Amino acid sequence: MMQALFQEKLQVLNVGLSSFAESVARAGGTVLQIDWAPPAQGHQTVCRELAQLVNLPAVEEANQKAFDAYLSAQPVLRGIGIAGKVLPNMAERMILHGGPPIAWENMCGPMQGAIVGAILYEGWAKNTTGAWALASGGEVVLEPCHHHAAVGPMAGVISPSMPVWMVVDATHGNQAFSNFNEGIGRVLRFGANSPDVIDRLKWIEKVLGPTLRAGVETLGELDLKTLMAQALHMGDEVHNRNVAASSLFLKRLISALLKTDTPSADIAAAVDFIAGNDHFFLNLSMTACKAMLDAAHGVPGSSMVTAMARNGVEFGIRVSGAGDQWFTTRAPVVDGLFFPGYTTADAAPDLGDSAITETAGLGGFAMAASPAIIKFVGGTPQDAIDNTTAMAHITLGRNGAFTLPAMNFAGSPAGIDIRKVVDTGIQPIINTGIAHREAGVGQIGAGITRAPLACFTQAVSALATAMRGSQ
Amino acid sequence: MARATKILRNFYRDSVSLMQLSSTFAKLPGVEQASAIMASANNISLLKEAGLLGETIEAGPNDLLIALQGDDDALAAAMAAAESALNQNPPPMSGNGKSAAMAPRSIEMGLGEMVGANLALISTPGEYAAAEAFKALRLGLNVMLFSDNIELNDEIALKRFAQAHDLIVMGPDCGTAIINGIPLAFANVVRRGEIGVVAASGTGLQQVTCLIDRWGKGISQAIGTGGHDLHKDVGGISMLQGLKALAADQSTSVIVLISKPPSPEVAEHVLDVAGGAGKPVVVNFLGADPEGIRRPNVFAARTLEDAAAAAVALADGRQPEEGRPERPPFAMPPKLVPGQQYLRGLYSGGTFCYEASLLLKKSLGPIYSNTPVDPEDRLDDVWTSLGHTVIDLGDDLFTRGRPHPMIDHRLRNERILKEAGDPEVAVILLDVVLGYGSHPDPASEMAPVIQRAKALADRAGRHLVVVGSVCGTSLDPQDLFKQEAALRDAGVTLAESNAQAVRLAATVVLGPTTVGGMP
Repeated sequence: MMQALFQEKLQVLNVGLSSFAESVARAGGTVLQIDWAPPAQGHQTVCRELAQLVNLPAVEEANQKAFDAYLSAQPVLRGIGIAGKVLPNMAERMILHGGPPIAWENMCGPMQGAIVGAILYEGWAKNTTGAWALASGGEVVLEPCHHHAAVGPMAGVISPSMPVWMVVDATHGNQAFSNFNEGIGRVLRFGANSPDVIDRLKWIEKVLGPTLRAGVETLGELDLKTLMAQALHMGDEVHNRNVAASSLFLKRLISALLKTDTPSADIAAAVDFIAGNDHFFLNLSMTACKAMLDAAHGVPGSSMVTAMARNGVEFGIRVSGAGDQWFTTRAPVVDGLFFPGYTTADAAPDLGDSAITETAGLGGFAMAASPAIIKFVGGTPQDAIDNTTAMAHITLGRNGAFTLPAMNFAGSPAGIDIRKVVDTGIQPIINTGIAHREAGVGQIGAGITRAPLACFTQAVSALATAMRGSQ
Repeated sequence: MARATKILRNFYRDSVSLMQLSSTFAKLPGVEQASAIMASANNISLLKEAGLLGETIEAGPNDLLIALQGDDDALAAAMAAAESALNQNPPPMSGNGKSAAMAPRSIEMGLGEMVGANLALISTPGEYAAAEAFKALRLGLNVMLFSDNIELNDEIALKRFAQAHDLIVMGPDCGTAIINGIPLAFANVVRRGEIGVVAASGTGLQQVTCLIDRWGKGISQAIGTGGHDLHKDVGGISMLQGLKALAADQSTSVIVLISKPPSPEVAEHVLDVAGGAGKPVVVNFLGADPEGIRRPNVFAARTLEDAAAAAVALADGRQPEEGRPERPPFAMPPKLVPGQQYLRGLYSGGTFCYEASLLLKKSLGPIYSNTPVDPEDRLDDVWTSLGHTVIDLGDDLFTRGRPHPMIDHRLRNERILKEAGDPEVAVILLDVVLGYGSHPDPASEMAPVIQRAKALADRAGRHLVVVGSVCGTSLDPQDLFKQEAALRDAGVTLAESNAQAVRLAATVVLGPTTVGGMP
């Protein structure tokens, strides 16, 4: 009531002309200037739709439910399976890829290269020409990993014979999957499909997979959440830096491996392979994040983002309250540091499902835990903290399981709210690797990018339409 | 193209630091390509593929390898620079490890910082303002909406939402308010007191509050509603909310309501509520018949000045005079020459302009304007005056692409000189509005031009009269008395209020004897 206002101290939020704020302050009033710019990239209709969603009880309640589900999720590593057998709705001649849906002819070089490689690996074609013909002839079904409860870094290619991590959210029972990390250099996820790449995949299938499966069985269920939390305290953000998490994982595994009846040569090869790859844990980190976020997906009315993913052409997001819908726009090129001999001109646009880590409040959102990462863009440890702080302005809350020592053990900001992104224009920050635009060259750098606003703007519009329909 | 390499034994740097160094080295003069890496077998083969390394070198993973490619004569210097960069200590963290907090980017984010916020003052471009106002209301904030060009449907939706949630929307197009003693947007610094004002007119509110201050009383609250609030479709929601709040407010003993004439049904409702306020209510519906307003405890005022005077009288426990006595007639008989017969009002305040038209049309006949009282008196060409003309220079027609005339005096100054050159013009009528938001020293902009205008008329053998009023207080940043003194020095005849200035200007045209006929 206006009358109540008369009894209080006037406290003004000034939106617009800053001279008005100065006058209020000069007159002894309390005022805060909003650093305002037209929200929603200036789309007036979306601005209005956004306004109808701000503090809307139905959305607030839905978000509480979705966020609680994310917080209470307990991702545990349950085992290792074969994609064709364990992934939901995986068909016989189906290959999964990273990012939002995309037709073969529109795919970027690395993704096409990886799919050709997967066809060769599966033995569906004798050579690359045949594999190419098969893919372009539509004889292989291509679908996003995300449509099959899975995630994959970069090209994100998973074919039926590949061994996959099986993670389950012990709280809600939902499962999530990912392939194995092949290491760096010439690897399938960057589109390489030469015989050495196929041979490595075969080795992963025949030796590494069974060896680790036996080890994981001996180990019993491994709680990934606490392992990731521990890695955050050791300088990882478990997206672009996984050196601590990989070490922790290996430390848990070694004794279990030795207790199996696997030939010691295979154990040695497996341990060498993991020890030689600082990114080995990335695929597990991603799977754990996918499990936590799927627990939050599908709450009608919720504006919480449950996936951010890129296919090298488009950047896409999914939102808890928007079902299976993707909101996509052109994928940005990553700003970062390049390996010798490469520049931005060689880079493929942003690629892969790994931004699931940021969606879950890790990666760029937990940058304060990993000051080493900020150096990709020439920043200071303070900049890392600032990035995490900024992300707290677009999230529903913080995840108390993922604490940040440099920020007095505050939880990492998590649960991206499309409304807050569109209202503030603060774009989710993503730490990521950079792929060469041509198939098979591999990783050429790493850096930091931001999720494009257009995805969030579309999502706000869709949610507003849905809420109007439900009222 | 030449190559140079340097190995620093047992000199470890992490890969990110090295990538950073590489990009720094590549920018050294004469360098084409550069790399600083730990010399693992894998990295060495990378360098060879990149063409940075020709020969086989003896180095291991703990050795740092710098490889440069570029102009032969530049490489030695570049290598030295690279080496010294490697040995530098890292720069200290910026700002002692503290960084400036990010300025809030949205109302919701601002609310996170100022948890006790209770009002959003919104002055964004009109096309975004309704959405911002909705957000503020949904977050539980009262709204003052300065922005204009808001659709009536939006105004209705905003006000109904606010009403249902015990909040108020002041505006849209609300130029001024004073809440809890704090002037908002274009407002004057007035002393606090017992008179509460609710106004659908910005300059109307400023005139009444300034006159109350000038006459020794103060303001409890001054609530703006925006000019469309008393439209029949809006129904006076904000004015009724303000009126009820002031009726219940123990610090308010007298209430003043100001508006252009409302739609009859809205007026009836507002006046009924006013009659039941339990304290005296002075009503100035510009141009409305006082008989339709009067009822027990409700007093009709014909001008803004009358409204202020009535409120001051009531606050003193006196009955307001019906029609204040006229000020002494024009003291200085003007030396007009034959043909000088017309009045030209050049206003920055829309309500002052409208009030002038209302007061003048009864005695002078048609008053042409861009915002006429009678539609048939609309000027076809707003840039050229006709007969008796009063212009609101704050109208959209004039402010497109330029600041409001309360801030930018150029347009009015040009028009003053143009009118001064017209042999039929006898008197120019002006307003000057002080307070926050207005020009920091309007007299300094106006005085030289007024002197030039008078000189221009003098040279043509005429005498140009300039009459005006300054709406402001001695506590305003511009200082009322300082502004008045400067304008008097420039030859402006000043009145206390716009209504008095209008009457004075009319006497110039009509002669002092007819002044009694003025309303």
